[in-house]
Amino acid sequence: MKKYILKRIVYLFVTLLVIMTATFFLMHSLPGTPFDEDKISSLSPAQQQQIYASYGLDQPVYIQYFKYLGNVFQGDFGTSTLYSGQPVKSILASRIVPSALVGIQAVLVGLAVGLVLGVVAAYKHNTPLDYLTMIVSVLGISVPNFVVAALLQYLFGLKWGLLPVAYWESYASSVLPSLALSFGVVAQIARFVRTEMLTVLQQDYILMAKAKGLSPAKILMRHALRNSMLPVLTILGAITVNVLTGSLAVESIYSVPGIGSLFVDTIKANDYSTILGLTVFYSAFYVVVILIIDVLYCVIDPRIRLAPAKE
Amino acid sequence: MQNMEVTKDLFGPAEADAEEREKISRPTRSGFQDGWIRLKQNKGSVVALAILLVLVALAFAGPAVARYDYYTTDYGAIFQAPGPAHWFGTDKFGRDEWSRVWYGTRISLLIAVVAAGLDLLVGVTYGSVSALLGGRVDAVMQRIVEVLIGIPNLIIVILLMMVMPAGIGTLIIAMSISGWVNMARLVRAEILKLKNQEFVLAARLLGTSNREIIMKHLIPNTVGVIVINTMFTIPSAIFTEAFLSFIGIGLQEPKASLGVLINSGFQVINSHAYLLFVPAVVIVLIMVCFSILGDGLRDAFDPQMRI
Amino acid sequence: MSLLEVRDLHISLQTYDNVVQAVRGVSFSLEPKDTLAIVGESGSGKSITVKGIMKLLPKTGRIDAGRVIFDGRDVTEYSERQMRRLNGSEISMIFQDPMTSLNPTMTVGKQIMEVLREHEKMSAQDRKARAVELLRLVGIAYPEKRFGQYPHQFSGGMRQRVVIAIALACNPKVLVADEPTTALDVTIQAQILDLLKSLQRKINTSIILITHNLGVVANIANKVAVMYGGQIVESGTVDEIFYEAQHPYTLGLLASIPRVDDDSGSLKTIPGTPPDLIDPPVGCPFAPRCDRAMKICRLLRPEHTRISGTHCSACWLQHPYARQAAGKEET
Repeated sequence: MKKYILKRIVYLFVTLLVIMTATFFLMHSLPGTPFDEDKISSLSPAQQQQIYASYGLDQPVYIQYFKYLGNVFQGDFGTSTLYSGQPVKSILASRIVPSALVGIQAVLVGLAVGLVLGVVAAYKHNTPLDYLTMIVSVLGISVPNFVVAALLQYLFGLKWGLLPVAYWESYASSVLPSLALSFGVVAQIARFVRTEMLTVLQQDYILMAKAKGLSPAKILMRHALRNSMLPVLTILGAITVNVLTGSLAVESIYSVPGIGSLFVDTIKANDYSTILGLTVFYSAFYVVVILIIDVLYCVIDPRIRLAPAKE
Repeated sequence: MQNMEVTKDLFGPAEADAEEREKISRPTRSGFQDGWIRLKQNKGSVVALAILLVLVALAFAGPAVARYDYYTTDYGAIFQAPGPAHWFGTDKFGRDEWSRVWYGTRISLLIAVVAAGLDLLVGVTYGSVSALLGGRVDAVMQRIVEVLIGIPNLIIVILLMMVMPAGIGTLIIAMSISGWVNMARLVRAEILKLKNQEFVLAARLLGTSNREIIMKHLIPNTVGVIVINTMFTIPSAIFTEAFLSFIGIGLQEPKASLGVLINSGFQVINSHAYLLFVPAVVIVLIMVCFSILGDGLRDAFDPQMRI
Repeated sequence: MSLLEVRDLHISLQTYDNVVQAVRGVSFSLEPKDTLAIVGESGSGKSITVKGIMKLLPKTGRIDAGRVIFDGRDVTEYSERQMRRLNGSEISMIFQDPMTSLNPTMTVGKQIMEVLREHEKMSAQDRKARAVELLRLVGIAYPEKRFGQYPHQFSGGMRQRVVIAIALACNPKVLVADEPTTALDVTIQAQILDLLKSLQRKINTSIILITHNLGVVANIANKVAVMYGGQIVESGTVDEIFYEAQHPYTLGLLASIPRVDDDSGSLKTIPGTPPDLIDPPVGCPFAPRCDRAMKICRLLRPEHTRISGTHCSACWLQHPYARQAAGKEET
C-alpha cells in the first residue's frame, strides 16, 4: 500500500514536470509577444528591451525554463500581462472561491440526484421509470454542457426572469451555472450506478440473500447499495474532468469570475504566464484528485487489494 | 400425447446413428451474427442509426437543395426568421442558416471522423506493439502512457490550438495527439487478455505461427473493442470541436461548424434564439444518436465491456 | 406424510429468442432425515428444480405446472412474502461457489446474524453468541476473531463452512446443497461432505444434495435421483442405484467413475451430447446416445416403471414387450 502510494506520487511529479515542460516550450514557440503589437512598436527599442527584461523575456529560452521551474516550485507563476502586472498567484487565489462554489455544488447535486436515479432505475429495471432515467442520462452525457448552459440561460434568465444570468453578485448567481454543470454529472453517475447495480443484482450473494428469506427492500439496502456505490469512486476522476472542462464554457457564459472564465480570457489574450500557471494548476488539481480517489478506493473496499490478483 | 399404440415391433433395436448423437439441433451462429441479431432487436440503436444516416445525407445534400450558399452575405435580409425563403432563417450577415447548418454539420462530422480515424491508427498501433512485444518495450511504452493519461486532454488541445495556426487541420491534429492514449490502453489490455486465453494457447500448441495467431485470433477478437471505442471517440471529437469553437479558439467565422454556429447563435440569444436552437438541436441529435448506437453495439457485441 | 413432495414440476426459462424447457415433469419425495442426491450432468435441470422449489428462479424462469408440498403445506401458490418466511428458516440453501456467494463488503459475523435477525426472536447478544457458536460448529478455529472478518480473509473451504453456518442458523428442516463442493479443491471436498454428514446427525435435517459427481454420492446419500434432459430417469436407494441400476444412462454414469483397480488405461465416457431443451425430443431424451435404444424410444416418452418399492426407472427396457424381445434373443 505505502509502496503503491509512493509510486503514484512519483508518477504525479513526472506527469506535472512533463506538462510544465510541454506548456513552457509550446508557449515560447508562439509567434509574436504577449504584448499589444501596436503599443509595443510605438515604444523605443530601449523601452521595449526594458519591458522584455522586466518579464524575463530577454534571456535564452533554457534559462527562462529553469527559472520558471524553480519559481513554480516556490509557488510563483510570474506576473500576468493581461491584468497588468498582477502576480498570477494572487489572480488565481481571488478566482478560486466562485469556481469552487459552482463546482462543488454541481458535484454534490449531481452525486445525490445521480445515485438516486441510478438505483431506482436498476431496481425498477425495464419499467417506464428505468427508461426515463436512461433518457435523462443519455441526454446528459451527449448534450454539450455549453448548450445546456445556453438553454438554461434562455429559459430561466430571459424567458422567465427567475435567476440572474450574466452577473455575479449573490448566491443566486451560482445556481444556474451549478445546474448546468451538474446535468452531465447526474447523467454519468446515474448511468454508472444503474449498470453497476444491475451487475450486483445478478451476483450469487444476492441470490443467497434471497435464500435467507430477506425482503427485496432489505436486499437492496444491505447488500446491493453498498456494493454498487463503491465503484462510483472510480468515475469521480472522469467527473472531475467533466466539471473542470465544463467550467471553462459555463463560467464564461454566466460571467462567473472564476478560474474557468479566467482561462478562456487569458487564452484569447495570449497571456503566457497566466496560461502556464493555470495549466499547471488544472493538471495538478486533476492528478491529485485522481490519486486521492485511487487511494480511497483501496482503503474503503476490502475486496480491492494491491496484490497482482484482483480477487 | 402418448396415445400411440404400443406394439411389439416397436421394441426392435433402433439403428444406431453416430451422427445423431453429436447432432447440434440448432444452426450455429458466429459471434458476429449473434451480435448483429441482438443489435437489430435493439430498437433504439436502429432508430439512432437511421437518424444518423439522415443527418449525414442532409450534411452532404442539404446545401445543394438550398438556393443559397453558406457564405454569401445579403445585408438586405439579415436576421430573417425561418420561413419559405430561408428555411432556418438568416444570420447577422443575411447568410442562409439552412446552408450554414448543413455545411457546418459536414465540417464537424469530417473533423470528428478524421480525428477518430487518426486516434484509431495511432492507438491500435501503439497498443498492439506494446502488447505483442511485451517485456522491456512494453514497460517503457506503458510508463509513457501512464504519464500521458494523467494530463487532462482538453488542456493539451487548447495549448496546441494556440500554438498552431487556426484551422481544420490543426483541430484534427490537436485532438489526435491527446486522444489516442485511451485506445492504446484498451487495445493493449484486450490483446493481453486474449494472449493468455486457452484458445490462443491451443493454437500455439498446435504449432500455429505467431503471424497467424495475430491475424486469425488476436485481430478479429480485438475488432469489437476498437469499433465500439471509435463509436465513442467520434461524438467526443464533435464535442471538443464545438467546445473549442464556442469558447473562441477553434474555427472562426466565416467558416462554419456546429460550434461556430452555436457560438454566433448564442451572441444573439436575446433577440434571435432560433440561430442558437437549430445548430444546438443538430449537435444534440448527433451526439445522442452516436451515444445510443455505441451503447447498442457494446451491448450486442461485447456484453462484458461496460464502463 | 413426506417432508417435501414434488409432483410433476415443469419449469421453463426464457432466453432472448427462445424458451428452454429446463425441467419437464419432475417428481420426488423427501422424508425426514433423508439425504437425497440429485445427480446429472450440467444442463440436466437439477439446479433449476431446487431453485424452483424455493422460488429462487431467475426473472426469466417460470413454473409452468406441478405442485410442491412442504411439511403438509402446498407452497406452490405461496406469495413471495409467505415464501420468505420459509426460506432461510425451514428450508435453506448452500450455493456452488463460496467465492461469490458471500457479500464481500460485509463481515461474516453480520452475514450469519442477518438470517437470525430475520427469522428468530433474539437479543443482539444472543445473536452474536449463536453466530460464534455456529462458526465453531462448522469447524472454524478462533470463531470470535473470525466473526469480525471479511470473506476475502477466508479460504474457499472456510467460506463454504461459513455458508453452511448461515444455512443451518435457524435449524432448517430441509437443507439444499447445490453442488457444494464443485468449486473446491479435491482435498477440501471430502471435508465439506463429512461436515455436512456429521451436522445432519446433530441437527436432524434432511438434505437435498445436487451434484454431477456420482462418486461423492455413495458416502453421504441414502436416496439417489438421476436426472437427464430435464427429467428424472431413474431413482432409488443408494444401493439400488449403485448395485442394481437399470437405466442405460445410470449405467453409463457408473461406468464412467474412474476406478483405481481399472487398468484399461482409459476413462469410459458416454458418447454424444445432451439434448437441446429448446426443442426437446418427443421420446426418451437419452435415446440418441443409448446403446440399447429401440424404435419406440424415439417415438414415445417412457413411463416410470417400478422395479421395487423404492426403485423406479423411466425406460422402455422395463416394458414387458422389451423383456420378451430380449428373452427371445437369448434363446
